[in-house]
Amino acid sequence: MAKRNMLQAINEALDTAMAADEKVMCFGEDVGGFGGVFRATSNLQEKFGKARCFNTPLVEQGIVGFANGLASQGSIAVAEIQFADYIFPAFDQIVNETAKFRYRSGNLFNVGGLTIRAPYGGGISGGHYHSQSPEAYFAHTPGLKVVIPRNPHQAKGLLLASIRDPDPVIFFEPKRLYRASSGEVPESDYELPLGEAEVTREGSDITLVAWGAQMEMAEKAADLADKEGISCEIIDLRTILPWDAETVAESVFKTGRLLVTHEAPLTGGFAGEIAATIQEHCFLYLESPISRVTGLDTPFPLTLEKEYMPDHLKIFEAIKASVNF
Amino acid sequence: MTTKQRQDVIHEAKFMDGDEFHIAVFKLLQQDGTLYDGAKAPKLDKEKALRIYRAMLFTRVLDERMLAAQRQGRLSFYMQCTGEEAAVVGSTAALDDDDMIMAQYREQAALAYRGFSVDEFMNQMFGNEKDYGKGRQMPIHYGSAKLNYMTISSPLATQIPQAAGYAYGQKMAGQENCTLVYFGEGAASEGDFHAALNMATVHHAPVIFFCRNNGYAISTPAVEQFAADGVAPRAFGYKMRVIRVDGNDLLAVYQATLEARHHVVKHHHPVLIEAMTYRLAAHSSSDDPSGYRSKKEEEAWREKDPILRMRRWLESKKWWSEEEEKSLQEDMRKDVLDTMKRAQKLPPPTLDSLFTDVYARPTPALKAQFEQLKAHIRKYPEAYPKSADRLDDTSLDDTRPELEDSTNIAAKGEA
Repeated sequence: MAKRNMLQAINEALDTAMAADEKVMCFGEDVGGFGGVFRATSNLQEKFGKARCFNTPLVEQGIVGFANGLASQGSIAVAEIQFADYIFPAFDQIVNETAKFRYRSGNLFNVGGLTIRAPYGGGISGGHYHSQSPEAYFAHTPGLKVVIPRNPHQAKGLLLASIRDPDPVIFFEPKRLYRASSGEVPESDYELPLGEAEVTREGSDITLVAWGAQMEMAEKAADLADKEGISCEIIDLRTILPWDAETVAESVFKTGRLLVTHEAPLTGGFAGEIAATIQEHCFLYLESPISRVTGLDTPFPLTLEKEYMPDHLKIFEAIKASVNF
Repeated sequence: MTTKQRQDVIHEAKFMDGDEFHIAVFKLLQQDGTLYDGAKAPKLDKEKALRIYRAMLFTRVLDERMLAAQRQGRLSFYMQCTGEEAAVVGSTAALDDDDMIMAQYREQAALAYRGFSVDEFMNQMFGNEKDYGKGRQMPIHYGSAKLNYMTISSPLATQIPQAAGYAYGQKMAGQENCTLVYFGEGAASEGDFHAALNMATVHHAPVIFFCRNNGYAISTPAVEQFAADGVAPRAFGYKMRVIRVDGNDLLAVYQATLEARHHVVKHHHPVLIEAMTYRLAAHSSSDDPSGYRSKKEEEAWREKDPILRMRRWLESKKWWSEEEEKSLQEDMRKDVLDTMKRAQKLPPPTLDSLFTDVYARPTPALKAQFEQLKAHIRKYPEAYPKSADRLDDTSLDDTRPELEDSTNIAAKGEA
């Protein structure tokens, strides 16, 4: 075990995957010698050569189109989109091609070897186009897996699992935590399961569901609630698609209350999907309406970022409202 | 980064307009079946020449019969290759059979050349239980892993950057192969085309970009598609080799593609081929070209029929005759009709095919929706006649052997 920040953990995962299998290739804008704008791919080109870790032209649809072809050939493609905000030029390649490759060919061809990495989320004074959380767009598309880690240990294990999963994965990295979050990370090659949520704190009064950087907010809110005698159970969803409804439902059976929080806007956000599914499974167990604490239905701002963000205080207030309903 | 570009300096604001990039058309064979003066036919033995011709003729027969079947209401949709057979077969024939083909949708002639059987064509078009695509896509969305022909996808031009990636993978795997990607001049307007050419040259992918410039993108004529001299000059901007070829001239297409293949495999540098041809048929069975072009224009192109041109060449070499032509056409027609009848009678894929292949393994949500749907169909069997009496044949068992069977990356997790 060694102390690592999230970027180092991600770098280690890529290094491990490339060392273990020569079919793994990492590419994207500035990913080569420079190591990516956040340095997630540092030293990989040096170690594995320019043919396996390289810069691409500035063309997101080209990066993902190329990656689709590479993965369909049998290579393992790890493509970086420099910011999740810039994934939309590649939207067609992802939702019409990546997601449907296996289905439309009757399993003659697939792009299971594809992982798309992209830094996402706010809290870095990134303003409009360096802060968005686009997971819900992709969660609407069968055939994709969408994974978001919460800390360095999770990032390494989930990324290794994503790279080796037989389905294409979009891996959103909470960039606010890239250097802010650090912790013990095994040096070994390990994987954490996709499609499984993790209960990170047990509690009895309300279930809080979050993912990525928002997990920290949920934890802080739970600490505040604890001081007021409210016991929160916290679940890190980890995989947004396909998501682990069973673990969330099990928890809600116990606590009788559910709060979901994410940075993305409220309307059409993934919290809505969770709320609908859980009320279907747990209707008679619910003590209060399912609560959503999310970003606003506005584009992401620069100056008033703190006001926009669903922070621990907003979550804390929602917890109290739910418990005192 | 340093560049290898020359940095000539001028002191006058002198603009270039690109006219110096006008590209000539490579032609070998005249419509009467003789070679142009000074033109030399590529090496093509009788066996290969006839394999090519049979594929062209079969495609014409298939197109005629299937369009008729569509008009009779037996088939929901069809797209013809008519007029472009030489462009497609000529290029495919210049490849190794294990080179990858990524087609747009109008290149059934390539599959016919590679040996896709009449049964395989029909099973796809009727979406029956033997369709490799499991009845999930419209007719003509063929695919064959065995024949190295990527399953067709409807969104236009998406296969072009994919071809660059596929070819890069072939190079990295040390294969002496290439990928050939077909697209029309309309698809070449999409961003994917430009992304692909740039990615391919920068990353030295052994890919042949093959543009079938057939004059129309549904109803939009090429003159409204681009202001420049066709698609070919774009290659210069990406530092890519390019050739413009008469797409109705089988020998010229074959020769050009043969040389392109040699270049891309040896030097790992892509080539663009623009084949000038004409879509003699409608865009699809849902389209009526009389609304946007004249019969006179079509007739002029009918006189450049690529199949007739090839046949005259074969006859001039005494490799083919009127009698052989008639008898083969008749056999092919009968084969297509008989096979169509057989394929139409086969049952559709079972209910589980709705849910499999979304992911490598069915998810809990998919399993739940499958069970729900089965229960519903059991309640109203008469409303779902394709599935009702076969519910017991279907399951979403994760351990089914075909789930282990995926052609390429299935081992990603298990490796």
